[in-house]
Amino acid sequence: MKIRDLTELAARNLREAVLRNALTTLGIGVGVASLVAMLSLGVGLQRLVAQHLARTGLFNAIFVMPHSGFRRFESRPNPAPPKKSPPLDEDAMQAMARLRNVIEVYPQIRFLTEARYGGNSFPAIVGGIPLSDRSGGAFDGMEGRFFSSPTADEAILQIGFARRIAKNPASLVGKEMAVRYAEREPLAAAGGKKSSSAADASTKGASPGFSIVLRETQLKIVGIVKTDPEGFGHFGRGQLFVPLRVSEKLHATQISDLRQFLHGPTPQPTYSTVTVRVTDPSKVAAVEAAIKKMGFATFSLLDTTRNLRLFFAVFDLLLGIFGGLALVVATLGIVNTLVMAILERRREIGVLKALGAADRDVRELFFSEAGVMGFVGGIFGVALGWAIGRALTFGTDVYLHHRNLPPVDISFVPWWLAVGAILFAVAVSLAAGIYPASRAARLDPVEALRYE
Amino acid sequence: MGEALIRAVDDVTLSIHRGEFLALLGASGSGKSTLLNLMAGLDRPTSGAIFAEGRDLAALDGRELARYRSQTAGIVFQAFNLLPRMTLEENVELPLRLAEVERRERAQRVREALERVHLEKRREHRPAELSGGEQQRGAIARALVNRPAILFADEPTGNLDSATGVEILELLREINQTLGATIVLVTHERPLAEQFAGRLATMQDGRLAAA
Ligand SMILES: Nc1ncnc2c1ncn2[C@@H]1O[C@H](COP(=O)(O)OP(=O)(O)O)[C@@H](O)[C@H]1O
Ligand SMILES: [Mg+2]
Repeated sequence: MKIRDLTELAARNLREAVLRNALTTLGIGVGVASLVAMLSLGVGLQRLVAQHLARTGLFNAIFVMPHSGFRRFESRPNPAPPKKSPPLDEDAMQAMARLRNVIEVYPQIRFLTEARYGGNSFPAIVGGIPLSDRSGGAFDGMEGRFFSSPTADEAILQIGFARRIAKNPASLVGKEMAVRYAEREPLAAAGGKKSSSAADASTKGASPGFSIVLRETQLKIVGIVKTDPEGFGHFGRGQLFVPLRVSEKLHATQISDLRQFLHGPTPQPTYSTVTVRVTDPSKVAAVEAAIKKMGFATFSLLDTTRNLRLFFAVFDLLLGIFGGLALVVATLGIVNTLVMAILERRREIGVLKALGAADRDVRELFFSEAGVMGFVGGIFGVALGWAIGRALTFGTDVYLHHRNLPPVDISFVPWWLAVGAILFAVAVSLAAGIYPASRAARLDPVEALRYE
Repeated sequence: MGEALIRAVDDVTLSIHRGEFLALLGASGSGKSTLLNLMAGLDRPTSGAIFAEGRDLAALDGRELARYRSQTAGIVFQAFNLLPRMTLEENVELPLRLAEVERRERAQRVREALERVHLEKRREHRPAELSGGEQQRGAIARALVNRPAILFADEPTGNLDSATGVEILELLREINQTLGATIVLVTHERPLAEQFAGRLATMQDGRLAAA
């Protein structure tokens, strides 16, 4: 028989025994639905985590530090001599910026200040913020606004710090505040003239140190933010943020300067940590290796993502197995329905054969019925699974709403899951139809038609 | 139940000519249906040969035998055997689907077959909505729709009152005469057979009795 006739007859036969076939199809549907609901939850959560992580900007970042030069926890009796890094200064940063796939390289600038506001003074750690952090998510939902330009003398306060300054932190936005800091000023050379050139320092053997001068600058408060956007891999949590370029321009003495100074003074300012951003997470490994070759210690979240992916693969697998089990039960339903159908439809099978049906036609007809049930059940199941996922999301969001948290999409049905689930349902149903169909095909027509 | 060997049809030699109307008579259990099923390609003999249109049915494989049932033989049963879930029209179309006849041609052929048995007005009814006689006429239309050379009828009047039975046999005779189809009719009603059939053959314990 032709495919079209087969499916037509199959659909017709299924329609005629509505109740029984509807129950079987419902069984498939529920199986597919649980599969889809489970996997949509897996996909949704994974997507949620991935979006969150991508927005933090942590997965395309490499944090570069000099080797410390000493080991904190030495367990081996004869340790290898510690590595000595070249200075992590402007030259090193430029070299890193020239590496392939590097978008930007910027130092982490942190220094201590005393902020003055309303006649009181508050100690604060200042952090330099690159403008690229704006899209990082930390500034979403902030009070006020982001920096107007890379060189604007503007400040964004961390909420906890802002609360210490004013009862109503929001009222601070738009106000001016004075900030006192220690400027690092190159030390005058032995000859008395003010020079900071490296050549002078090394040839004359003079101490290439620096002096510290108290400075004050005015900043305009433009916003208040919940967390430190550069708070990862940094020394101390920032409380007062200024554009990175502004923080560099101040030449403030950094928290790391003293240690650097004791370790071996250098003419140029050096940094304790430099952030290197690469074009995408897959490029992290290569760039990280190149930076290690330059003699620096590095840290990235690459290994963490690898573990995360593995976790989700296992998570999806487990969810899939549970959903799959439901489908297996549904499959038994198909086998049962079709075997019962053969018993009930013996006479019909005999008639078909008497009218010219070959064994193959009968087999294909039963097979088609199984396939149609799988297809209808699959579509129904995807819809139901999607609905379950929405219901779970709705329930979660109601819960989150009660706790004043923003809603999230915890379940997501991508097109490949919908199509895949329907195909899977059809395939499983066809497999379930193999035995009943071949049994129907083998039925002896004379036996089937014997007058009862 | 014992596994005794039953020879339902044994040592039968029978020739039926093209266009003939043959009636197979005999008591219940004499082997009439078994012989008819063998000739109609529904059953296979354990030994012997059955030639139809020059081919030995006993030597055909399953597909070829199905093709023979589809193209050459048409069958009518005592129990009508219209599929209850389909309309009359759909029942009649079934052999055309199985024979993979083009869709365009089907409607025309179904209409012709239904007109031949005077049921064109009942084409959208289901078997349960038809009388016994109408059901049997529908079954004849279904058997004829693929234009078979031979029409086999196994006690087609067995479930009908005698007046309706006569109608059915008149229809078979008309088919035999206007279409030239060979007809093999199984019945145990000798008077009817004598009235309509061109030749009689009588079965007894699986063998052909002397005519
Ligand atoms: N599958 C079978 N198993 C056992 N006996 C059978 C089977 N089919 C037919 N018979 C026997 O073969 C004989 C002929 O049956 P059948 O051809 O139906 O006779 P009729 O149609 O003349 O009444 C009967 O005795 C019947 O019981
Ligand atoms: Mg009989």
